[in-house]
Amino acid sequence: MALPQHRHHFETPEQQREAGTFGMWLFLLTEIMFFGGLFFAYLLYRNWYHDAFVVASNQLSIPLGATNTAVLIGSGFFMALGVWAAEVKKKGLLVLFLILTTVLGCVFLGVKYVEYHEKWEKHHIPGAHFDVSEFVNPHAYGLKEQPLAPDMAQKTQVFFSLYFAMTGMHALHMIIGIVLLFWLTWRAHRGEFSSGYVAPIENFGLYWHFVDIVWLFLFPLLYLINRHPGA
Amino acid sequence: MSATHTIINLPDQRTATLPKRNYINAEDGLLSWLLTGDHKRIAILYLISITFFFFIGGAFAGLIRLELLTPQPDLVASDTYNKFFSMHGIIMIFLFLVPSVPATLGNFLMPIMLGAKDLAFPKINLLSWYLYMIGGIFTLAALVLGGVDTGWTFTTPLSTHYLNTHVVTTATAIFVAGFSSIFTGLNFIVTIHRMRAPGMTWFRMPLFVWSHYAASILMVLGTPVLAISIVLVALERTIGIGVFDPTKGGDPLLFQHLFWFYSHPAVYIMILPGMGVISEVISTFSRKRVFGYTAVAFSSVAIALFGFFVWAHHMFIMGVSNYSALVFSLLTMLVAVPSAIKIFNWAFTLQKGSITFETPMLYAFGFLGLFTIGGMTGVFLGALGMDIHLTETYFIVAHFHFVMVGGMLMAFLAGIHFWWPKMTGRMYPESLSKLAAVTTFIGFNLTFLPQFILGYLGMPRRYHAYPPEFQVLNVLSTAGATVLGVGYMLPLLYLGWSLKYGAIAGNNPWQATGLEWQIQSPPLTENFIETPIVDHEAYDYEWLAHKTEQEVTTVG
Repeated sequence: MALPQHRHHFETPEQQREAGTFGMWLFLLTEIMFFGGLFFAYLLYRNWYHDAFVVASNQLSIPLGATNTAVLIGSGFFMALGVWAAEVKKKGLLVLFLILTTVLGCVFLGVKYVEYHEKWEKHHIPGAHFDVSEFVNPHAYGLKEQPLAPDMAQKTQVFFSLYFAMTGMHALHMIIGIVLLFWLTWRAHRGEFSSGYVAPIENFGLYWHFVDIVWLFLFPLLYLINRHPGA
Repeated sequence: MSATHTIINLPDQRTATLPKRNYINAEDGLLSWLLTGDHKRIAILYLISITFFFFIGGAFAGLIRLELLTPQPDLVASDTYNKFFSMHGIIMIFLFLVPSVPATLGNFLMPIMLGAKDLAFPKINLLSWYLYMIGGIFTLAALVLGGVDTGWTFTTPLSTHYLNTHVVTTATAIFVAGFSSIFTGLNFIVTIHRMRAPGMTWFRMPLFVWSHYAASILMVLGTPVLAISIVLVALERTIGIGVFDPTKGGDPLLFQHLFWFYSHPAVYIMILPGMGVISEVISTFSRKRVFGYTAVAFSSVAIALFGFFVWAHHMFIMGVSNYSALVFSLLTMLVAVPSAIKIFNWAFTLQKGSITFETPMLYAFGFLGLFTIGGMTGVFLGALGMDIHLTETYFIVAHFHFVMVGGMLMAFLAGIHFWWPKMTGRMYPESLSKLAAVTTFIGFNLTFLPQFILGYLGMPRRYHAYPPEFQVLNVLSTAGATVLGVGYMLPLLYLGWSLKYGAIAGNNPWQATGLEWQIQSPPLTENFIETPIVDHEAYDYEWLAHKTEQEVTTVG
């Protein structure tokens, strides 16, 4: 079965497909190491500054975070359906599922923007304008938290540094993914994936699911750390 | 058995002709090079660019040695000197040593050695060269705009808070160049797993391929950690996040852990491909199979694995706990074991071999001696008590230059000379290149042996002034650097000359056994006329002797 997408340096289409998938998994391994550095920093500082992490984590909106988790899982679901549609060579369905994947990805980024914007208004973005008064004196802001000593309150800045670094890197991966989705949708629309050549869709699917999984770790670690019984 | 195949039959090069069709003249025009997917052309692009950056980095080394000629800080101001050694380190490590052998020789040879037409992902291979060039251009931009003075280590909080130089520009350069390295490693691993010719089993692969496989694992797993730590430094500098900032609760030591988690394995990224070159060269010029093939192959993988668990030996004086220092010291010394396995096996390969002393072999001998000294002094530095005395002195400068310059650069030059006939179809001038190899060796020792003594006597690194009693040794070192500079200029000149005037090489001027020597030089774009079927071990000189001579190896 000679496909037009078969590249000359591969002996067989199977070899080409296997090489592509293997390469994608290796790339995901590098991504694990990339995020691994951040998760390691999180582990360290969460142990050192547990109180500050708990209080700062309570600033994050669980409804928004949970919504986003659902949105992202939905997006991943449509991506999986997209891979299926490509495999059974249904061009219309493939385009539809890719568009739905893209739309849900954009919804996720929109919700993220709302969350970031709130942090901006509350001066919870690390840097020169970071303000700890809400953590030193929570009752003045109508919060039921225990007040933190000023030096521990400073450490909330580490939490927010990690929050922005981790969700920021995740969002960057989403943006790159959405750009790739536009390109894949256009190619799918031209019918490039309707003849049994599904490697790009499959491999992008792996990437998109990986980005989902990163979020599935970020959500409990950043939003829910004070939700276990006894805390 | 040995009597028959130790007789060396050098082919008659007078009758050799350049093949009419090859990868160099397959297409014409600059664009055909800049948009190529051919791994051999990309290797040439890399070769030109890393040579360019090598000489820029070398110029800074020259300026450093010139300043250190006298005890007084008289040539440049302190800040300028800091920029000199920072730019020297950054350019030499990220733009020369890391891509040196893998991106040039590795790119050129890997598919041919495996019997494949190309690497698995030719477009990603080209992308990796463009990323390298973008990284290089950012580095040059930082240089032209006024330089950077963090050292190549970007130590926080120095890099994040106390310097007003082009840290973010340089960080971007290293981030981008890092992805170039990741893509090279990824391409190699997939190629080795999926693109081997029929019959090319894992234990028939040349050791060059094994060492690149080990280095690729390090590139793929280590480099992303450097990327994220560089991102955090840049965010800390621009926005002011506090992951490494002690005033906000961050810990500068975390940066050291993340940075060295890459940068120690990076040392093995740099040296392992060089070890692959040495295996090929020593086998070829001894006309013997590499002694203990399997041990040498696995020692590469062992170096890669151990290499991930020794990073904290860069931090013994930074306040890590005694217990972790103890463990890291022990693990550091373990790395000496696979390295010694290689050295001993190469030595046994030489034993009773039919040794000839062509230029690549001279460089390889240089490697054996200098790398052994560099490696042994590494064990000194891995010992906790010695490290407290020697770290941050010229002893450590001498140590890593013995490994990187004495080891890796010698291996790189050995490889360039060895495969030059294959890459260009022409021979380099033999006597002149022998002179260059000897000059390099003498110049190198004159430059760096005095630095061991200087460091032991307590001269700290990264200072541009020193007590007058250190001057004699420093003058020796600077004189050696001058000789070394001549040793590096010579190959540039005569290799350039040989492109037009060198003798025609023929397919297999060294009577080597690798698949790359069984095809025409320079090779065709698709490497092989038909996919080779491999039915013999690597370094099987008997197979080579019995190979039929009527095979068609050129077309056109």
